[in-house]
Amino acid sequence: MSSQTLEIDAEAFAAMRDHVEQHYPLEACGFFYGSDDSVRRISLARPVSNSKPGDQRRRFEISAQDYMRAERYALENDLDLLGIFHSHPDHPAAPSAHDLAQAVPFFSYIILSVAKTGVADFTSWRLDAQRRFRQETFSENPVQSNQ
Amino acid sequence: MANIIIPTPLRKFTNNLPTLESDGETVIEVISDLSGAFPELKPHLFDDQCDIRKFIRIFVGDEDIKALDNEATPVDENSVVSIVPAIAGGAR
Repeated sequence: MSSQTLEIDAEAFAAMRDHVEQHYPLEACGFFYGSDDSVRRISLARPVSNSKPGDQRRRFEISAQDYMRAERYALENDLDLLGIFHSHPDHPAAPSAHDLAQAVPFFSYIILSVAKTGVADFTSWRLDAQRRFRQETFSENPVQSNQ
Repeated sequence: MANIIIPTPLRKFTNNLPTLESDGETVIEVISDLSGAFPELKPHLFDDQCDIRKFIRIFVGDEDIKALDNEATPVDENSVVSIVPAIAGGAR
């Protein structure tokens, strides 16, 4: 299994942060891309629409069409599709039972806790072989490196 | 010979190959060929009744096979078959 350490470019983190803050108090989501070597490095984040019907304050869904476009984008640009980010508005940056039930292997799941004042916290998680979430560590704080 | 795009989360079961080709003439033939060639992939594509799993969607080009002829949808050498896992979650 590859490293559980993440590097994230400041610009990629800013794209995630801006997207989830703009959509507060609704959940917002997107994909991120980069390379998966000894360290998983995120170089690009691309928001997509939350396609969940009904109450989007506590659930998100990504359409199959957006997922296909994301895979094609990665192939066309020689990038690895590394995972998914989504927000927890007014809720901690910890995976819910629903997040775990819906998670797929390999992907990193970045969760951003967002309040009216902006992103308050963020974490990243990846499934292990027993389908448990293991928290990933950021090699540096993308908030500080973005300031 | 149809082209198949393997979703990133399942590539560890296809020796990290992102795309594959199949001689199958229908979607079910293509998916069955694939799971025959990579047996570890099978439980991620088919349920215990050998039906394609509910959280997996199959597209031919940009069309969901549910809007075509489901698993009997024909494919040819110009077809791109995408396997799409359901992506969802949320705070509560």
